[in-house]
Amino acid sequence: MAELLVWLTVIAYGEAALVYAGELRGHRRYSMLGIWGVRVGWLAQTVLLVAQARSADGFPWGTWAGALNLLSWLLVTGYLVWGCRPRYRLVGLAVMPVAAALVVLAWMGGGTALGSRGDGWALAIHAGLMLAGLASFTVAAAMASLYVFEERRLKRHDATVLRLRLPSLEALDRLAARTTLAGLLLLSAGIIVGLGWLDVGGLDAAMTVAALIWVAYALALAVRWEAGIRGRRFARLLLGGLVLVVAVVPLTHFAA
Amino acid sequence: MRLALAGVSHHRASLEVRERVAVDREAAAELSRSLATSGGPAHEAVVLSTCNRTELYVAGDDGVVEHADRALLELAGPGAPALSPAAYRLADESAALHLFRVAAGLDSMVPGEGEILGQVRDAFEAGSPGPLLGRTFRMALRAGRRARVETAIGESPASIPAAAAALAEQVFDGLAGRSVVLVGAGRTSDLTARNLRSRGALISAVANRTLEHAERLAASFDARSVPIEELEGPLSVADIVVSSTSAPGFVLGGDAVASVLRARRGRPLLIVDLAVPRDVDPALGAIDGCFLYDVDALESVVSATLDGRRTEALHAERIVSEEAERFRAWRASLAVVPAIASLRAHAEGIRAAELARLEGRLPEGDRDVVDTLTAQIVNKLLHLPTVRLKEAAVTADGLLYADVVRHLFGLSEEDEA
Repeated sequence: MAELLVWLTVIAYGEAALVYAGELRGHRRYSMLGIWGVRVGWLAQTVLLVAQARSADGFPWGTWAGALNLLSWLLVTGYLVWGCRPRYRLVGLAVMPVAAALVVLAWMGGGTALGSRGDGWALAIHAGLMLAGLASFTVAAAMASLYVFEERRLKRHDATVLRLRLPSLEALDRLAARTTLAGLLLLSAGIIVGLGWLDVGGLDAAMTVAALIWVAYALALAVRWEAGIRGRRFARLLLGGLVLVVAVVPLTHFAA
Repeated sequence: MRLALAGVSHHRASLEVRERVAVDREAAAELSRSLATSGGPAHEAVVLSTCNRTELYVAGDDGVVEHADRALLELAGPGAPALSPAAYRLADESAALHLFRVAAGLDSMVPGEGEILGQVRDAFEAGSPGPLLGRTFRMALRAGRRARVETAIGESPASIPAAAAALAEQVFDGLAGRSVVLVGAGRTSDLTARNLRSRGALISAVANRTLEHAERLAASFDARSVPIEELEGPLSVADIVVSSTSAPGFVLGGDAVASVLRARRGRPLLIVDLAVPRDVDPALGAIDGCFLYDVDALESVVSATLDGRRTEALHAERIVSEEAERFRAWRASLAVVPAIASLRAHAEGIRAAELARLEGRLPEGDRDVVDTLTAQIVNKLLHLPTVRLKEAAVTADGLLYADVVRHLFGLSEEDEA
């Protein structure tokens, strides 16, 4: 059953990404199929996660592959908050291929299997919060990429700018900032739980990276509020932040 | 009962011709009433009159098409012969299809313009419709609503002022309270400013070389007027600038203006340059947060959105065809309704006669039971033939089926009357 759910999830997420790509090229007739692909995939993945939780002894996503599975679910959940609105649907163009790829990687690493040996609930809360934070940063980066795309269309006087209506630049900028703030709060809570409840020992690479990411995003928000860095420059900061996450987290957290 | 339409529209009639037959809402209501009650073949009438068309929709007996045509010529008054080649006359399904297309905005000068649906509704409410025109107009309004909801035909702006306002909404999260500065006091900037204001923007300042002109326009917007040389102040706080002066060179440009825009530190500013030759130095468009649109850029946006409207119009045509098919099916079903009614009356007559024969031979309680039982039997027996007749009505065999039923059950046209 787990295999069936995994592939249903991947196919549905992939279908959504394809529909969004088509919408970007002006094919709007089937745009509703995109959001339904997201919903179907999300439901299938939710069933998979519930089945994993029920069959595991403790927290079933403690491995790197399991964490990717949970991360992709959190990512799509975060996207669904905005993606149901027609104007924000195209944020999915950045989110859904990533989510599908994460599920495939999780499957390859055995993170979608049932009956795995679980870890303690302190780790569950810590990992869940950290992953939710990373998912928020990814959604924020998706919004930032949409901002850059839309700004470029406006600057270059793209004639189709009013045919494919995206959210306004201001709305994208504001929502990216709020999503980043939410991600930072989740990451902070995850770090506090990790330091307080887990036997962490000394400062290791994983902790250093988590602190580095926290500082990077906190700085991004600080320069936004204090120095008035908004719009394109803030979007680039968020995209840079995601590059940092993608570059260092796999090395320090998933290398084993 | 026949449906007829006589009218003129922008397709074939010049503005001069359209002016001759244009009527306001009150006159349209009065004309509808007089057409429906004049004692001629017409029993129902609705007059649709907009700046692009005047159409008389009339329903009644044979001869109603000619009646509608005469009414249109009379409306034009002296010089009516000039109207005749420009006028069109349609009947029955063709007239209904035309109305559906009009309501969907497919017959408009700008395909998909939204105002016409409200105008059709107003005409319907002010007119004198009966069963046929009432149903036809309700179906037309439904076709118009579907075209707007199920397609994007009315979403995109079709004029430069509307495109400028729509672009502002792509930059800002709503225009309520946004500060607009007008540079130049021409008609185009006035139209654009009114479009922006209708979406909630505030016209904060008007700058012009001739201060009196600026003051006049500023007064109409409750804004302040400023000399064009003192634009830096309003520019530093504005969200949108609309410029359309007749100056030979750049009005907005140079290091002073560029430094004002850079000092905004990326805070968005939309500059709409409607002037030819241009008022705004194109180099300003490269500054972070500054979005500069000149006339060419706006026209390409409008052209692309009109292309989009034409694509969506194909989808809207499909919707109109579906509604026209529903109308045709409804009209066809009317042809078998008398036969169905007659059949049911015939069966009910037999049932009542047989019950009367039992009068006094059954106890009171048993009589009620027999009454209910026979009514149920009649209903169940006639249910399927009724359904089949209605189904056949929408095909070419509808009238044949009705004749067969009349023949088999010995029904006559007089019974139906």
